[in-house]
Amino acid sequence: MKQRKERPPFYGLMAEFDNPTDVVAATRRTYEAGYRRIDAFSPYPIEELSEALGAFGVKMPRIVLAGGIFGLVGGFMMQWYLSVINYPLNIGGKPLNSWPAFIPITFEVTVLCAALAGILGMLALNGLPEPYHPVFNTPNFALASRDRFFLLVEARDAKFDHAQTAEFLRSLGPREVTDVEY
Amino acid sequence: MASIDPSQDDVGIHVTPYPVIEPGHTFGSVTDKISSLTLKRRTPLGWFIGFGISFAFANILLFAIAYLVLTGIGVWGNNIPVGWAFDIINFVWWIGIGHAGTLISAILLLLRQSWRTSINRFAEAMTLFAVSCAAIFPLFHTGRPWLAIYWLFPYPNTMNIWPNFRSPLMWDVFAVSTYATVSALFWYVGLIPDFATLRDRAQSKPFKIAYGILSMGWRGSARHWARYEKLYLLLAALATPLVLSVHTIVSFDFAVGIIPGWHATIFPPYFVAGAIYAGFAMVLTLTIPLRKFYGLEDFITMRHLRNSAKVMLATGLIVAYGYMMEAFTAWYSASEYEGFMMKNRIYGGPYWWAYWLLISCNVLIPQVLWMKRARHSTVVLWIISLVVGVGMWLERFVIIVTSLHRDFLPSSWAMYRPTIIDFATLFGTIGMFVMLLFLFIRFLPVISIFEMRTILPQAEVKEEEA
Repeated sequence: MKQRKERPPFYGLMAEFDNPTDVVAATRRTYEAGYRRIDAFSPYPIEELSEALGAFGVKMPRIVLAGGIFGLVGGFMMQWYLSVINYPLNIGGKPLNSWPAFIPITFEVTVLCAALAGILGMLALNGLPEPYHPVFNTPNFALASRDRFFLLVEARDAKFDHAQTAEFLRSLGPREVTDVEY
Repeated sequence: MASIDPSQDDVGIHVTPYPVIEPGHTFGSVTDKISSLTLKRRTPLGWFIGFGISFAFANILLFAIAYLVLTGIGVWGNNIPVGWAFDIINFVWWIGIGHAGTLISAILLLLRQSWRTSINRFAEAMTLFAVSCAAIFPLFHTGRPWLAIYWLFPYPNTMNIWPNFRSPLMWDVFAVSTYATVSALFWYVGLIPDFATLRDRAQSKPFKIAYGILSMGWRGSARHWARYEKLYLLLAALATPLVLSVHTIVSFDFAVGIIPGWHATIFPPYFVAGAIYAGFAMVLTLTIPLRKFYGLEDFITMRHLRNSAKVMLATGLIVAYGYMMEAFTAWYSASEYEGFMMKNRIYGGPYWWAYWLLISCNVLIPQVLWMKRARHSTVVLWIISLVVGVGMWLERFVIIVTSLHRDFLPSSWAMYRPTIIDFATLFGTIGMFVMLLFLFIRFLPVISIFEMRTILPQAEVKEEEA
């Protein structure tokens, strides 16, 4: 009989740490233990922590490159179309397609599109803006933007079992392990 | 932003006696100290006085612009042959000041100069406000800015005409508007994690909501940080050539023309160096009082001031080389007009005093910075930074006015005298700039909090224990 999996009554379990080394070590061990729906929270970027989760931000350079290519081609084509096809004007006897003179604007439009693509891409991939998120229900989570470090195992994780996972997280030496309500 | 490798001690914080952050700080103390400037501390009386004075000057700007729009650009001192004067002088001056912000936030990031961390937020704000001031001048020089849209931007209009993309003035429109947009976005992206900090610290509901909206719900997820860090680095890599291109293109406004005194290939590098020179001068002009009044000496240490002074000294020498090459090229070209222009500029013409004032401000007086004692005195640094600010304004005055006021035909020769409205607009933009800075100091974190956390020794992950 196929049963629709019920939504777990809470979002996950959160372990709280007070220094970067411990949270990185704990995240590595949680990943090795087979948990995959995990996330970590820190008040500043920690490269080791993202890598321990398997997050490398690999899509960002491609998005920026795509934006840049769009701007490069679009910026040049705009000037070429307007100067050659749509509104040809003889400026000091220069050829209509005086491409060297089009380079500065092409460059600026390339940078503009690459930057816009990058910022919108970062926000989209991160799912921002997202004013409400269950992790904000964690006690002490306001300190994630000050001096605390958190490791989350989501209840949706295949390996998740409330008692066992809590026991496992406690074995990693956190200050506290708490339930995260929806 | 990048975490610091302790083996690269020269850029690290372990260097004594001038660390980039005073020892003994923790994540908590850095967070509390910077966020308390916006959240807890009562607004000091001095803030109201400073804001009030700058607000009054900003109103003078409004008056000057309203009078200009209602009357026409004849209220300025521009004439024929000096068709470009205060408007372009002030435009280039402000744009130049903006350049240090991007240099500090982008170029020094790529060069892994960790000392940039405590001043980049402030310098980026300075960039944005300076670019806003700059944009006012060309916009209102058009006289009827509401019509200027179709001269400036290629959009399909009912007249079916398009701008001329071969003109440096069009390049300038694209360069400056791209620069303003990218700087604003770079600044905002840098602020997102700090808005989250302020959201979590704020006591009053309206502030919590306002910072909550601005933070976009940032929660410090490591997956988010990974993309964020990549993006930040990529933006720095994009902003670096951008900032160089902007002043290069500004210099093309002159160099592409055939006016003696403008038509020189030295202009792009010489303008970029001058922009950084003026920008660092402005950084010092603003940070020296700021760190004093807000007690930020722990974060903006003597090391920052000393390094800024060294950058000023170096770029000042490049600018001095530019002045020498201008004179040399005028002589070496054997062009009668170039030679006359240079003689007229230096000793023969009515504006000789402006040239020598410029040389004193930009070349002679800053040589004091060779002395270690001068670099370590905040008073001396502050005075020199003001002198350089004035000098860089004079540089643009000399380049523009002395090149134009003696036309090819002596019958067209004329003098240029700025009017009171010219001065009201210049001092009005200074008022607006300072007013915006006061608002910035009051409502936003003046130092990047999350980046300050990364330069603390305890921010490092100890690999042997992890």
